[in-house]
Amino acid sequence: MSSAPRTLYEKVWDAHVVERRDDGSCLIYIDRHLVHEVTSPQAFEGLRAAGRRVRRPDLTLAVPDHNLPTTPRVDAAGNELPIADREGAEQLAALRRNVAEFGVPYIDALSAKQGIVHVVGPEQGFTLPGTTMVCGDSHTSAHGALGALAFGIGTSEVEHVLATQTLILSPSKTMEVRVDGTLGFGVSAKDVVLAIIGRIGAAGGTGYVIEFTGEVIRNLSVEGRLTVANMSIEGGARAGMIAPDETTFAYLKGRPLAPQGADWDKAVAWWRTLPSDVGARYDKSVVLNAADIAPSLTWGTSPEDVVPITGFVPAPDSFADPSKREAAQKSLDYMGLTPGMRMQDVPVQHVFIGSCTNSRIEDLRAAAGVASGRHVADGVRAMVVPGSGLVKRQAEAEGLDRIFTEAGFEWREPGCSMCLAMNPDKVPPGERCASTSNRNFVGRQGPGARTHLLSPAMAAAAAITGRLADVRELMG
Amino acid sequence: MEPVTRVSGSAYPWGAKNIDTDVIIPAHWLKTIKRSGLGKGAFETVRAQPGNIFDDPRYAGAPILIAGDNFGCGSSREHAAWALGDMGIKAVIAPSFSDIFSGNAFKNGIVPVVLPQEAVDRLIEVAKTDPVTVDLETMTVTTPYQDRFPFELDAFRRRCLMEGLDEVGLTLAKDTAISKFEEQLDDERPWIRRDAAHAGFAVEGAGRT
Repeated sequence: MSSAPRTLYEKVWDAHVVERRDDGSCLIYIDRHLVHEVTSPQAFEGLRAAGRRVRRPDLTLAVPDHNLPTTPRVDAAGNELPIADREGAEQLAALRRNVAEFGVPYIDALSAKQGIVHVVGPEQGFTLPGTTMVCGDSHTSAHGALGALAFGIGTSEVEHVLATQTLILSPSKTMEVRVDGTLGFGVSAKDVVLAIIGRIGAAGGTGYVIEFTGEVIRNLSVEGRLTVANMSIEGGARAGMIAPDETTFAYLKGRPLAPQGADWDKAVAWWRTLPSDVGARYDKSVVLNAADIAPSLTWGTSPEDVVPITGFVPAPDSFADPSKREAAQKSLDYMGLTPGMRMQDVPVQHVFIGSCTNSRIEDLRAAAGVASGRHVADGVRAMVVPGSGLVKRQAEAEGLDRIFTEAGFEWREPGCSMCLAMNPDKVPPGERCASTSNRNFVGRQGPGARTHLLSPAMAAAAAITGRLADVRELMG
Repeated sequence: MEPVTRVSGSAYPWGAKNIDTDVIIPAHWLKTIKRSGLGKGAFETVRAQPGNIFDDPRYAGAPILIAGDNFGCGSSREHAAWALGDMGIKAVIAPSFSDIFSGNAFKNGIVPVVLPQEAVDRLIEVAKTDPVTVDLETMTVTTPYQDRFPFELDAFRRRCLMEGLDEVGLTLAKDTAISKFEEQLDDERPWIRRDAAHAGFAVEGAGRT
């Protein structure tokens, strides 16, 4: 073992090298593999065609999420309701067939444990510090919040992992993103990650694995850290990691799939060795100060198009880079916005609180805190979609569902919902949505849909006021 | 996978930046359980606009796409690579690619060629009237006007492309090394193996369906 100081990423990488190759790439062992219905059918088909098996079903966990409607799944008598969309239903049925054929552990759509893969993983204790973790979904970066090296892969790689439990990877460069100070009133983890992406740009992290450090990150709950790491990919970084600490261990202890007894003690002892060594070097470092981070949101069609809620729609001329100027003009045309307009004057027709970025219990508490005793503005459709059946159950135990429904929000079944226009939850063309999801791409929430990314509390504020609003004005 | 050594022909002189995989293939096309047939959904939102580059007869069936920075950002959907392949694209030239898209492209015999912005700008000019050639033997992009832009590829990926190798098959041949790693893993980090940690759950909720 080398004695040179190493980063968290380098330690996890080194612990998973099966074989180093002449060209610098490595065969890397994968400890955890999450599977969902959209990016897996062709991978299972590839295995079948070649007569191959799943090497380690015990390290694999499948759960449907992308296609599932978020309307009730059973009728009054408890019978499963059919899914109207024929193709979506077929893809879900294919997952059921594939997990049965290949012996892969599976959480069915009707289980209370079902949810968005990136909510289910940490919630079940399937996600663990120091593991390598993959899923055919780019927001797998979320699991880095617990100190895993977690990243999204394509379907060919899904097949490769199913068959071999490894991937051929080249080491990434490392980037430290440090956030110093203490967050101001009304500022959440979502605002932090939006500020980070606004700073580094949508391609700023390409080729890097980010490590998020600093006082602000240390003081975030695991839920908040999941929000930050989730959006690493929106800054171009395939993975974003946060060193495991007491907060991480307290979150994981006792979760159904987390280690127990002597294994737990042994695991924690190893996890404590993972944080980056003093003197470890990063290829790039970026520092943000919490004092500069306000409740924020996006104005354009790239997650890097970030402004504080007190800000204005930018003029394309304000960008130095000519190609960014052109892109900004296109974004404004698509978004139906005029330069110089106050962000707070922009009306919304839809509000979506959910997605793998912001559908955990703390997110719902934050939104409910704003919605409580108020009502959704006329002409606004607002929905709350818990990240899993267990989050839903917990929220109901706390009475959050009643706060939302009394305020005029829809309270729905868990799934990816309105994040990606793959299931029935879509934003109609030309209409505007305040969304807690992670992507404001052209057409992401439906053809012609206009998306503003923001925090759960800010989304609730938009629902109540019928426009993009500064949540601080609605907070005690 | 078909081996690729050279891609030559007309090229879409696009140059757009930050093209995400939702633009390459919108999510509603992802409900397929096949790899084929996605070309008709490729760039659907772009193609909805009159006068778009993909329906310009000058570039019909072009095997090369020239794009801007950060091509293929966003979702990991390999459907983006399948859609490009289905519309006949065998190489994409851009100043940078998202890491996930670039991996997906290789695995589908599509060459992601990284060139400096100036070279990309020059190729966009040339491609409006003339063909472009991407050569994996010489590792260059050339035009009929003596332009010659060298590029780099990961050696293993280059070999996979040129020989049309089955990567899963290659790794399965490493079974001994993988098994040895697993033994060591069981010893050093016994909590990784799930059946050793505790029973866990096999098929949660499936009995109700």
